[in-house]
This record gives sequence, C-alpha cells and structure tokens, in this order.
Amino acid sequence: MRRATGGTRVCTVPGACGTSGSHPSERRRAGVRTGVAWGPGAVAGHPCPVDVDAPRPEHADQHPRERDRRAVVRQGLSVAIATGLYGVSFGALSVASGLTVLQTCLLSLLLFSGGSQFALIGILGGGGTVGAAVAASSLLALRNALYGLQLGPTMLPRGWRRFAVAQLTIDESTAVAVSQSATPLRRLGFWVTGLGVYIGWNLMTLIGAFAGDALGDPRRYGLDAAASAAFLALLWPRLRAREPVAIAVVGAVATTLLIPVLPQGLPVLAAALLGALAAWFWAKRWSAADAEAAE
Amino acid sequence: MTAWIAVLAASAIAFGFKLFGYTVPPVWLEQPRILRVTEMLPAALLASLVVLEGFSSGQQLALDARLAGLVVAAGALLLRAPFIVVVALAAVTAAVLRMLGWG
Repeated sequence: MRRATGGTRVCTVPGACGTSGSHPSERRRAGVRTGVAWGPGAVAGHPCPVDVDAPRPEHADQHPRERDRRAVVRQGLSVAIATGLYGVSFGALSVASGLTVLQTCLLSLLLFSGGSQFALIGILGGGGTVGAAVAASSLLALRNALYGLQLGPTMLPRGWRRFAVAQLTIDESTAVAVSQSATPLRRLGFWVTGLGVYIGWNLMTLIGAFAGDALGDPRRYGLDAAASAAFLALLWPRLRAREPVAIAVVGAVATTLLIPVLPQGLPVLAAALLGALAAWFWAKRWSAADAEAAE
Repeated sequence: MTAWIAVLAASAIAFGFKLFGYTVPPVWLEQPRILRVTEMLPAALLASLVVLEGFSSGQQLALDARLAGLVVAAGALLLRAPFIVVVALAAVTAAVLRMLGWG
C-alpha cells in the first residue's frame, strides 16, 4: 500500500526523519523511512517539517547565514508545538490505565519516547505483567540507539552533555537535525527540536494527566477506544510500503490468535518476535526484488 | 509498586539504548539485516497493540464500541487528520455509542 502523498509534504529524504543507511534501495523500501515515525510527537501523517526537496545552499558549510539559522529554529519549534498537543492524550490515557499523575509525569520526563510510553501504559493497563510491559517498551526504544549512531559524528557529545544529548535523541530531533545542510545547523536543529519537544511534551503530559484524573471511569469517555486509535495513528505513517504492511499483518494476526491462549502481555511480545523473524527472513527476498526493480 | 518498577526499569533501559548509540561502533548495527529488523519491528509491535487495545477484554477477544472508534479513526487518518483529532474522534465515537447503550 503505497499512498500518494500529494497535498501534504511527506519526508522522503534518506536519513531525514531519523534513519540511517544510505543505499537507495534501503531508503525506498522502508515505510519507516518516510514520514516522521514516532517518538513523543509521532503524529500520524504528520508532514515532514523539513523542505526536503529544497536545493541545499553551498555557502552554508561552516558559517550558516542568520536566515538559515532562523529557518531551523522555526522548524524545530513547529515540531515541538505539534508534539506537545499530542502529549495531552498520553497524560490522559496513562492515568486512565491506572498510573498515578506522578508516575505519568515521570514517564514523560525519564522515558521520553512516545511509542515506548504508550506501549508501557497499554500493557500495564490491560493487566499485563511488569516484565511484558518493560520488554515491549524497550523493544520500541531500541531505534533510538540507531539515531544516536547516526548523530554521533555531528553532536560529538562530551561530559555531562553526553547525557543531555542522549536523552533528547528521539524521532523528531533526529529528523530535523539530519536534514540540515551543515554541521552547525544540524546541531542547532537538534537542540531546538529536542529541548522544545521535551518541554512541550512534559507540560502537556501534566495537563492531560490532571484532566484524565478528574474524569473517572475511562470507558465512559471512550478512552479505551482512544488508546487503540493512538496505536493505529502511530502505525499509519509506516504503512507506505508493502514490507511494513506485511509485517504489520503478521503482528495483528498473531496477536488475535494468541490473546485467548497466552497470559496477558505475552501476545504482544510474541507478535513482535514473529514480526522480527519475518523481517529477518524476508529481508533477502526483498533485497532481490529491489535489485530486479532497479534494472 | 509494580507500576513503579515498570516506570523506572523502562526509563533506565530506554536511556541506556539512547546512550549506547553514541558509544557503539557503527559496524555493529549497520548490517542490512539488523537494520531491516530494527525498522520493521515497530510495525509488528504497533499492529499488535492496536489489536490488543481494540479487541481484547482480559484474555478474551471482544467486539464492542471500540471497533466503531477504530473505524472512525482509520477514516480520519485517510483524510490526514492530525493525531490528536484521530484519537479524540475515536473516543467520542465509542463514548456516544455506549451512551446509546451499545458496546
């Protein structure tokens, strides 16, 4: 399912939107590589904040113009605002799933990775074990390691900054950073977006948590349906190529079959494992198909 | 108490991964197959979570107002609605249906 992207600009640039790898077939295949994937702020169908088709100015190498710097700041802040709005739904859903306001806010402060946070509260709220919830959350956090790998040469973090840079390494900061034309602009993009999202996401989580706390029975307000829709919205931008669609189908079918059989929390992990196995074994065939298509 | 363990453990592990990326030699993670699996894993996990949150009730499968919420959410996504709108529409749909006594 390759959806046309007319109207909204959707990022298709290699490495923008938080990806590594540079071979053309690598870029083209993965739905993951198109569109801002997720993180705090992975807004479904969210257009890439970066004008990826714009010609890159030659001059910008070491001393970027003021105008370029301002453009980067604007990009970062617009991403931060969009992301903050989405933090409200996390706060409300987290409290509805049984966490306290304090635990909810600590998740946004410490974990600070949207997909992982939603997975954790989803499994805990559904009655899953701590182990299953932490495992699902951690699997989703794994991609942040790839982002760090990619940003390392740009950010070269030292001392205490290493920890700040690491904590702010998420989809949005990576996406904005890697799509700039020069190292100083990349660093600026990283810091503005990372700090902006951090502040917005945490403030809005707090507001959402108090709102959710005041509501009472979450089912009455359809918050259980909202949780499912949130995952669908996170999945949506990834479904632009046939491979992620196939993997998603594996995950959905496996979960449906396993829910009545396995203890709570485990169907999700089993589905993830099967999805990973499918990706591992299909990788070769997909590479071959890509090579053929290229000829 | 268990929730506290989950919150702190998940946070520590996620931070570990973030830091790890700046420490590990690139060759370890940049093998095509590893990259492919890392990229595809979220699709499987998210699809699984959609099913779990949308169609399970404890250890049983259940069809209720959440299904209608999901259908409306999918429609909104097709129309490129922003995240918050998608989520809100799903909630409103399910809430209204339950108010009317269904699901």
